[in-house]
Amino acid sequence: MTTETGTTERGAANGGGDVLLEMRGLRIEGQSDEQWSDIVKGLDLTLRRGEVLGLIGESGAGKSTMGLAAMGYARPGCRISGGSILFDGMDLMTASEDQKRSLRGARIAYVAQSAAASFNPAHKLIEQYAEMPVRHGLKSRTEANADAVELFGRLRLPDPEGIGFRYPHQVSGGQLQRAMTAMAMSCRPDLIIFDEPTTALDVTTQIEVLATIRDIVDQFNTAAIYITHDLAVVAQMADRIMVLRYGELVEEAETRRMLSAPTQDYTKSLWAVRSFQKQAVMAPEEATPLVKVDHVTAAYGDTPVLHDISFEIHRGRTVAVVGESGSGKSTTARVITGLLPPVSGQVLFDGKPLPGDYRQRSKDQLRHAQMIYQMPDTAINPRQRVRDIIGRPLSFYLGLNGREREQRVRGLLEMIELDPDAFIDRFPGELSGGQKQRICIARALAAEPAFIICDEVTSALDQLVAEGILKLLDRIQRELNLAYMFITHDIATVRAVSDEVIVMYQGRIVEQGPKDEMFTPPHHDYTDLLLSSVPEMDPDWLDTLLAERAARKERGESVMASGDQ
Amino acid sequence: MTERTETDSSLSASEAFVPAVRAGIWSVVGRELWKAPFSAKFGLLVVVAYVVVAVFAPVLAPFGESEIVGSEYEPWSEDFLLGTDNLGRDMLTRLIYGARNTIGIAFVTTCLAFLIGGFGGILAAILGGWTDQLLSRLVDVLMAIPQLIFALLLLTIVGTSVPALVGIIAVLDSTRVYRLARAVSMNVVVMDFVEASRLRGEGIVWIATREVLPNILPPLAAEFGLRFCFVFLLISALSFLGLGIQPPTADWGSMVRDNATLITYSDITPLLPAAAIALLTVGVNFVVDWFLHKSSGLRDDH
Amino acid sequence: MYKIVKMVAQRLALGLVTLFVVSLIIFLGVELLPGDLAQEILGRSATEETVAAFRRDLGLDLPPHTRYIEWLAGIVQGDFGRSLASQREISELIGVRLQNTLFLAALAAIISVPLALFLGVMAALYRNSVYDRAVNVVSLSAVSFPEFFIAYILILYLAVKFPWFPSLANVDPTTPLMERAYRSFLPALTLTLVVVAQMMRMTRAAIINLLASPYIEMANLKGLSRSRVILYHALPNAWAPIINVIVLSLAYLIVGVVVVEVVFIYPGLGQLIVDSVRTRDIPVVQACSLIFAATYILLNLTADVLTILTNPRLLHPK
Repeated sequence: MTTETGTTERGAANGGGDVLLEMRGLRIEGQSDEQWSDIVKGLDLTLRRGEVLGLIGESGAGKSTMGLAAMGYARPGCRISGGSILFDGMDLMTASEDQKRSLRGARIAYVAQSAAASFNPAHKLIEQYAEMPVRHGLKSRTEANADAVELFGRLRLPDPEGIGFRYPHQVSGGQLQRAMTAMAMSCRPDLIIFDEPTTALDVTTQIEVLATIRDIVDQFNTAAIYITHDLAVVAQMADRIMVLRYGELVEEAETRRMLSAPTQDYTKSLWAVRSFQKQAVMAPEEATPLVKVDHVTAAYGDTPVLHDISFEIHRGRTVAVVGESGSGKSTTARVITGLLPPVSGQVLFDGKPLPGDYRQRSKDQLRHAQMIYQMPDTAINPRQRVRDIIGRPLSFYLGLNGREREQRVRGLLEMIELDPDAFIDRFPGELSGGQKQRICIARALAAEPAFIICDEVTSALDQLVAEGILKLLDRIQRELNLAYMFITHDIATVRAVSDEVIVMYQGRIVEQGPKDEMFTPPHHDYTDLLLSSVPEMDPDWLDTLLAERAARKERGESVMASGDQ
Repeated sequence: MTERTETDSSLSASEAFVPAVRAGIWSVVGRELWKAPFSAKFGLLVVVAYVVVAVFAPVLAPFGESEIVGSEYEPWSEDFLLGTDNLGRDMLTRLIYGARNTIGIAFVTTCLAFLIGGFGGILAAILGGWTDQLLSRLVDVLMAIPQLIFALLLLTIVGTSVPALVGIIAVLDSTRVYRLARAVSMNVVVMDFVEASRLRGEGIVWIATREVLPNILPPLAAEFGLRFCFVFLLISALSFLGLGIQPPTADWGSMVRDNATLITYSDITPLLPAAAIALLTVGVNFVVDWFLHKSSGLRDDH
Repeated sequence: MYKIVKMVAQRLALGLVTLFVVSLIIFLGVELLPGDLAQEILGRSATEETVAAFRRDLGLDLPPHTRYIEWLAGIVQGDFGRSLASQREISELIGVRLQNTLFLAALAAIISVPLALFLGVMAALYRNSVYDRAVNVVSLSAVSFPEFFIAYILILYLAVKFPWFPSLANVDPTTPLMERAYRSFLPALTLTLVVVAQMMRMTRAAIINLLASPYIEMANLKGLSRSRVILYHALPNAWAPIINVIVLSLAYLIVGVVVVEVVFIYPGLGQLIVDSVRTRDIPVVQACSLIFAATYILLNLTADVLTILTNPRLLHPK
């Protein structure tokens, strides 16, 4: 059982290996609008043989650019402008294109974020696998094919003999990602760059990919740079972690030390995000729920997407709806808002049924249910000023105009903690992501609603900013006694904000109840799979989980397979 | 209160990187112009020059538009800087008036095409469903016939006159505008802010004019330049074929045709109106090329 | 495989429907005219009898759907009716001219397609080089030139100042092939110049778009040679865009032919349609329009079908 090998062991065993990759004072510039600006500002990086280094940071931290630079590669529109890159004694800054080409694939391999886009649609997987060893003159075609079958098997792909003869679009996302890892391994390189390999996958699929990546890297004692924005993931994978921000190093330490004793404020704040906890709200006393979804079944055309959904939301409380992509959680929101009229069943507001189609609802019915979206960038019109974005619901619903409206807009800006004088005249392009999301909140509040649907409101935001948004929503809820429906795939967010939890899977509610109950076993099988698949900060989490699942399987208990198998 | 300051500090820390540049629009335009490549500056200069000539044609032209001032095909001289045409009218005068007529008619046609196609495209994108299907299929069919051929067919039926010309080409060209307007509007319509305004209960007019239109102006502006060139060339071609702008109105396409015989005598005069057409389209194309490059932030090298 | 057959069949059926609707538009366009067509064409001075005879000639006294069905049935059998101006069989007028036009278009296509693809691919591979920038400016200018401008410049230099080629392309069915090609050289060159610029720009854009795909970056990161990346990874996915570029250009040639034929007084279909528009010889214009439109639709149909047939995702369904 290779999974038994813990990260600590690995780190210790290889701590003394020779230096494989060394970057000193690396500077990379990117071109935008005819001007060059720094993306990576003088970073140092050292990687030993067999070591796994985690590069973590928010979007724009320069981590992917760094990863590619390790291969002596800069994307078009970028250039490596200074510093040195030494790979096993070879200076990649001065190496010729041919020298770098003989290195790429053979000794340094790359695993891209989206395997679906990075495999060539015109060729079979095994052809793309065999291409590297054959072209680099390492193996014959037959040897490479045999090796492919062997590695596909080791990466636990179903039907290792046959899967290689399929085309990329005939294979699922999680399997493709593993096939790409196999491909990266085909020349048995010294170093593999993993560029967010699981970001595009669902949590239950992610876990299998993470486990196999770790195994294979372990088995061949390959060094790796693991790039991700997910702290919990990097904690499972890396021996050592570097935290990047705006192209600069914030902190670097061995994984366990980094998790237990971060020294920098920024790092601490990243770790602290998940500590936010909503104050418990008393169970509802009123008999009529504010929103009642009553036996709703819905379909897109002929494809059924929701099956007999029922739940209630009470004033002042937050109901979190969790599930993976395709579970029907966003569709439920579309039914409630009236964008998708249900096939059967109905939605009641304050005891009275709402028309299924939003176009038949009264202004007042529309006003009372507001929505906050996942992507603040697309949720507000980039051609309108903040004043008009927030002001429109005021004049549309409440008939406010002129000075009155202005006063109210300013009041709302204060409520969402943005300085009215500084922000009221701005266009969305002059706001950061978190500020845009605050404007969206203000726009929803301007309608003076009783109920707000929050659709993945924090998932497009950096963790720090996300926490600020969660706190803000929580404060407003208490002040205005609002009901929230919180759609998310992130279990940590559920723990932080919810009073009640609904778990959805393939268009059905598999389990629902108060938060405390939901997070205490026994669970429904799927809930169990979902909850247990969410990575935790603990570096031993993946080992423990895999051991536990193996043990349960041995005892003959049912373990629900992730959807990707 | 403590919570408030906490959030604020985290805000200032993580959200400091916001471009808060809000320079005046004219200074921005000026700076962009200064940085523009030579081809764009050249193009802009050409367009401005043509507009000036078109507007001040009666002031600039030495003679009246269809005034016969000399004998046929007189060579270049002090009296007639560019000689005279097949009827003895001053070539330079005809060229100057030609700018006014040809550009003016092409401009009006393009505007009309944008009104029809742009409005239809936005509407199709917002309403979707049957409206979209109906309009799109209609446009498909209209586009299945080559534009010049379709124009010839319609001109045969209704006869050649300026209103007929403008109307026919505007309708035919509006299909291209429709396609573009619909495509770019589609990209906007799927955005959450449009959904938000639908759910607010806004009407179609508000959504079309306040939410969608401002966001599709840059691509539409670029397309306007391109469509103008196309319409301008099409009208010139029709006039050249004798089926466009009719005499005695001065027009570049028909000027080439009327004086083409001179070319066999190695006289370049008939090429001048053709060159005038080419120069303007080149100018507009250069400006549009630069504008597209700028507004999309598109670099070829991705 | 079944899916592909179904998609191709659907596309073919759609093409047929389009052709039908287009024929309907071309025929019924005449009905758009306010008032009486015969009166309009013959002028105010025409007598009652002339107008009545004219109406009978055109079959205007019959209801539109009857006329349409007769017209369509005739065309299917190769009978396009009679010309109003010359009273000759339209099929007779068209026959030779159609061949001439196709010859001219084919000549231009043979020169322009390989040339444009080569120039476009080179510009894409060496993008932002001096070559690319120069090609961009030149091609942008060339697409802005009216066809007759290019045509007269060629005449001025290649027929008048240096009398190497004839400025009038008078060919007839007895002209031998080489002689025919020689006489058609200037019109073919004009068309080539116009189309190459257009086509080259489209090729360049399509290839650049293709090279930006993640799987091309992956191929580079696999340490493959440049030729391997282009030939093995880019090319199999490039068919669809390239086919589209070629077909669009051919469609453009079909239209461009009209003006060029008039300049060089080349006895083709374009010349015929222009003359017929002048004399308002409606049956001839309808026949020519239908032929042009049918060619155009056929080209687009070919492009769509080939695009389906070269799509790896469709060739190997799940």
